[in-house]
Amino acid sequence: MNVHEFQAKSLFAQFGVPVPRGKEITSPEAATTWANELNTPVFVVKAQIHAGGRGKAGGVKITKDKTACAGLAKELIGKTLVTHQTGPKGRKVHRLLVEEGANIAKELYLSILVDRETGWPTFIASTEGGMEIEEVAEKTPEKIIKEAIDPAVGFQGHNGRNVAFALGLQQMEPTAINPFVQLLGNLYRLFMDKNAALVEINPLIITKEKTLVALDGKVSFDDSGLFKHEDVQKMRDLNEEEPLEIEATANNLNYVKLDGNIGCMVNGAGLAMATMDVIKLAGSEPANFLDVGGGATKETVAAGFRILLKDPNVKGIFINIFGGIVRCERIAHGVIEAAKEVKITVPLVVRLQGTNAPEGRKLLADSGLQLEVADDLWDAAQKIVKLTGKAA
Amino acid sequence: MSILVNKNTRVVVQGITGKEGSFHATQCKAYGTKVVAGVTPGKAGQEVEGIPVFNTVADAAKKTECDTSLIFVPPPFCADAILEAADAGIKLVICITEGIPVNDMVKVKRALRGRDVRLIGPNCPGVITVDEAKIGIMPGFIHKKGIVGVVSRSGTLTYEAVHQLSTLGLGETTCVGIGGDPVNGTGFVDVLPLFEKDPETQAIVMIGEIGGDAEEKAAEFIKRHVKKPVISFIAGITAPPGRRMGHAGAIISGGKGTASEKMKALEAAGVRVVKNPAEIGNMVKKALGR
Repeated sequence: MNVHEFQAKSLFAQFGVPVPRGKEITSPEAATTWANELNTPVFVVKAQIHAGGRGKAGGVKITKDKTACAGLAKELIGKTLVTHQTGPKGRKVHRLLVEEGANIAKELYLSILVDRETGWPTFIASTEGGMEIEEVAEKTPEKIIKEAIDPAVGFQGHNGRNVAFALGLQQMEPTAINPFVQLLGNLYRLFMDKNAALVEINPLIITKEKTLVALDGKVSFDDSGLFKHEDVQKMRDLNEEEPLEIEATANNLNYVKLDGNIGCMVNGAGLAMATMDVIKLAGSEPANFLDVGGGATKETVAAGFRILLKDPNVKGIFINIFGGIVRCERIAHGVIEAAKEVKITVPLVVRLQGTNAPEGRKLLADSGLQLEVADDLWDAAQKIVKLTGKAA
Repeated sequence: MSILVNKNTRVVVQGITGKEGSFHATQCKAYGTKVVAGVTPGKAGQEVEGIPVFNTVADAAKKTECDTSLIFVPPPFCADAILEAADAGIKLVICITEGIPVNDMVKVKRALRGRDVRLIGPNCPGVITVDEAKIGIMPGFIHKKGIVGVVSRSGTLTYEAVHQLSTLGLGETTCVGIGGDPVNGTGFVDVLPLFEKDPETQAIVMIGEIGGDAEEKAAEFIKRHVKKPVISFIAGITAPPGRRMGHAGAIISGGKGTASEKMKALEAAGVRVVKNPAEIGNMVKKALGR
C-alpha cells in the first residue's frame, strides 16, 4: 500500500526524522488559513498523488507571497497530472501539501528496503539527490552506497557512519554526520516498526543552516503487515486506486487491470501470469491479471465475472482452472451458476484440467451456456483469441 | 532415491486443528505420508483422524520422533511457529501459510542462519516425493513416479507442469515449491544441487516468475554446477512494472526482475527456456532425447 507524501512526512516526524513544517490542504480557504499560520519566507504547494514526477508535470508550485497560496491551491485541486508514472490518463489531484521552503545547500538520496538476495533491510544512499535512483544505478553505479543492517541486532551506529563517510559528509558538512547517523537509526525503526516495504527520502537535504531535512518522502507498506497498524490502514486513499481493483479486494480477489481485451480468470498467481503470457503468444493481449484463489467457488467466479465485465475493453473471457484439491465438476457448477447470475455478453472459453476434469467439461458442454470448453492450455488460448480477434 | 522427503519422513502438522490444517493433514496421511503428530497450543490430547495433537512441537518431537514440520498457522503467529519448530530440533520446516509480514520473515531467516534446519516456503504448495510422501497441499494424484525433478515459485502453475510430465509418461521424482514470497527459506540454488546429486532425477524443471533475482542466481549456479538438462518457464512476460502479480514477491521494481532478463540469463547458462507454458513437458521429452 502506498501513501501520500504528507502522510509519509507525518510518519517521519513521529520517528524523529526532520521535515519542513507543512499541512495537508484540500481547499483554497484552508490554504489561506495555513499560509497565515505558517508565515514563512517561501511557501511550497505540492500536489499529492501516488506517483513520482510531479514537479515536471506542474504539480509543485513555489511562492514567496503568502496570499498566492489560495490561488495556487485553486489551480491544483481538481487538476489532472500526467507524469511518467501515472500513465497517459493521469491522476486527479484531490489534496495538497503546503509547507515551508528550505535553503538547499546539498541534496542526497536515501532509502531503505529489504534486499531480496540477503533478506536483510538495506540502506541505499547516493550523493545524487533529486535524481531517480534507477537512473543513477544504471549510469553511475559507483555512486550507489549500500549498507545492510543485521536484523538480529538492528541498526548500529557504525552502519550510519559507514554511509555518512561513504557519502563524503565529512568534506561536505562535518557537523551533519551525527544527526545523519541518528536519522538513519530513526528511519530503520520506522521501517521495521511500521512494516514498511520502502522508505525513501529524495532529496534529503543539507540546508544552508547546516541542518538535515527530508524535503520529499515516500513510504509504501507491506500489505501483509497492515493488520498490525490501524493508523497506517487509515492512510489508504481510495481515490488513488483503480475502482475495479478496490472491488476485487473487497471480494478477496487478486486483480490487476491491464490494457488488453481478453479478460482472464485463473486459480493461482503463477498460473494466472502464465495465462496472460499464453494469450500474448496466441496473438492478443490480456485485459487483466485475476487470481480467484485455490477455491474458485460459485461466489468467487461470479464476483470475477462482474469485475471482468465492468471493464469496457473486455471482448472475451478466458477461464483457466487447474483443479487440485477442489474438483473440476464443482468448479464447473460454480461457473454455470455464476454465468446464470451474471449475464455474460462476450465469448467465453473455459479450460478445465486436473481433478475430475472430464466430468467438469461435460457439465459445461451440457449446460446450454454459450461457451467453448477446452482441455489444453494452448488450444484454449487460441480459441479465445480466434473468437475475439487478434490485437491490432 | 529422491530429495528432501521420503517414505521414512515423520511429519508434525502445526495448526492441525484448523480448517486447512486438519483437511490437509488428512489428505497427506491418505497419500501415505507418515503424519505422526499435530500441534495446536492448548489442544493436547485431542486427535485429528487418528493423529495425536500436542501443545508444543517440543512435546510432539519427544513423543513421536517427528523430523519434519508442515505449517498451516495463520500469518500473525507464523514466524513464531517456524522458530518453535526449529527450536524443537525439527530439521525440515515446510510452511504453507501465505501472508506472513516480510519483516517477520526477515527476522526468521536471520534466526535460522547457520542452524541445522531447512525452511521451505512460506507461501508454497509444499514438497512431494512421488508415491512416498506428500507434505503439502498439492493434489497427489496428478503426480506419477518418474525421472523429472521440479522446483517452482508457484502452486497451480507447478500442477500444470506436473500434469504435462505425468501425461507424457515422464513422471516426477520430487517436486519442491519454494514459494512466492520475497523473503523465503530455500531458493532455487539450494534445491538444484540436490536434484543434480539425486540419481533418479534425470532432468530438472525450474519454474520461475517476475521479481527478485533468484532465477539469475540459479542461472549462474547451473552454468557452473549442473550437468543434467534444465528446462525452465518464467511467468510474467506480460506483467506491467511496479505491480504485484498475486504473489508478494512477483513484482518488477526499478526495472529489475523482468521475465525477459531472467530468460536471457537462463538461456545463456544453457537452460532450455520455453515461452509457452503448455510446452514444458514436450521440451523435457526433447531434452532427454525421448
